[in-house]
Amino acid sequence: MSVPILLRVRNLEVRYDDLVGLADVSLEVAQGSVVALLGSNGAGKTTTLNAIAGLNRRSAGSVEWMGEDISELPAYTVVSRGLTLSPEGWRLFTQQTVEQNLRLGATVLKDRTRAPALLDRVYDIFPRLAERRRQRAGTLSGGERQMLALGRALMSEPKLLMLDEPSLGLAPAVVEMLYEKLAQLHRDGLTLLLAEQSVPLALEIADYAYVLQTGRAVLEGTARDLQTNPQVQRIYLGIDASN
Amino acid sequence: MTIIQVIASGLLLGAVYALFSSGLTLIWGMMNFINFAHGEFVLIGMYIAFLVVTYLNGGPLLFVGTAAVLLFGFGIVIYYGLIRHVMRGPILAQILSTFGLALLLRYLAFFIFKADFKTLPDTIFPGTVNIGGIFLGMPQLVAGGVALVITLGIHLLLKRTTIGSQLLAVSEDRQAAMLMGIRPDRMQAIAWGLSAATAGVAGALIATFYYISPTVGESLALTAFVVVAFGGFGSVPGALVAGLLIGVIQSLSAYLLGPIYKDIVVYAMFVALLWIRPTGLFGKAA
Repeated sequence: MSVPILLRVRNLEVRYDDLVGLADVSLEVAQGSVVALLGSNGAGKTTTLNAIAGLNRRSAGSVEWMGEDISELPAYTVVSRGLTLSPEGWRLFTQQTVEQNLRLGATVLKDRTRAPALLDRVYDIFPRLAERRRQRAGTLSGGERQMLALGRALMSEPKLLMLDEPSLGLAPAVVEMLYEKLAQLHRDGLTLLLAEQSVPLALEIADYAYVLQTGRAVLEGTARDLQTNPQVQRIYLGIDASN
Repeated sequence: MTIIQVIASGLLLGAVYALFSSGLTLIWGMMNFINFAHGEFVLIGMYIAFLVVTYLNGGPLLFVGTAAVLLFGFGIVIYYGLIRHVMRGPILAQILSTFGLALLLRYLAFFIFKADFKTLPDTIFPGTVNIGGIFLGMPQLVAGGVALVITLGIHLLLKRTTIGSQLLAVSEDRQAAMLMGIRPDRMQAIAWGLSAATAGVAGALIATFYYISPTVGESLALTAFVVVAFGGFGSVPGALVAGLLIGVIQSLSAYLLGPIYKDIVVYAMFVALLWIRPTGLFGKAA
């Protein structure tokens, strides 16, 4: 028996006026897996995740979530389906407190009485956030901001959590802690789609990965295969083999 | 003693300024949008009070409540019918749309009510109150008190409630708010409803001690702009402090220099403040 596919993206194309942000990206995320989107800066990782989440309009291709075509849905409807994006640069509500940010994450819950239990769970995962609950998000350190962004995304009880560059700009010790938490969440049953510049970091946690280059998915495979694939480094570093 | 009397009346007037300015600052803070028709929203509140008193013989609770409810609805209609569309256009379209709306409402008022000054009977809040030798008119006292309570209520709504938190989320980062499952359109419509409702309540309260005429919204709007700029664009507590301050400055300069100078003093201080501190008293640097 095969594992059900949660998310299926086919030939996704996104244009900004005349500029092509994404040319052709297809990918699948199976329930319970961790899938990584690899690629250098500007390869189209963020555009892909934003298009799936409903922030960018696609110009061609389709996004299918649990068998339903969601490519025309606005972002606030997509998240209510259980597909949550923690966006690039965290995008916290800096004027509001840590706890208010977390409660905003719970907006889509159908049963609002679940919010306190979820809040406790997030504070359990990140005790630091509990200490800072009354502090404004704008006063947090980089590591704490990432914790808050992740916690806020978890408040929506996602079936699939998309994370855009969670390690960007963080100290190595913080990144290590963060990835331990992600691995733990995955063991507890969360499905992850992860955009990451750091290939070793991503392949350590991922089951399967797609490599993007200038808006196209150019390579895919299991993490184990890609770890030993000489092409990965070449594509990732953008070095042409003929040179 | 007289000077304390003057300051006290200034504070009461200032509380009403704060109330209708908080609606203006709310819209600015949420969507960087200047509503030039805000003074006319106050005007509608005044005429609603006049109509309810004249034709329905209604009391203050009824005419203030009616103004709040009708203006809340009106704000939402204006948002969906006009603002949402012009937000997609250039900035000049945004400015001209509410400027045009202001003119439309003002001249509709001329058409329906003619240019005559109308007043509410002074039996609504009769008499004066003597507080330790300071005499305050009952209408001013009620208006100031209610305005103060509602302004603080708006502040608490924004800071303490879920809906306030969602409003602020949309104002800070529209896209991130959408990722939370918040519908920005709905929140902005609520903000317009709230903003118009506060203007309507302020108008109904002012009508108890001030004349009503189609052009009165114009001068009130000007005061509101000064209050918003003084208090820091987008800040409700700022609007409260600035409203009280400007009420007092107007009263004091009218008393010390003569009534015709009161606006000159206010606008001179306004220009000076913008020159020294363009972000207003409570505003944050951009």
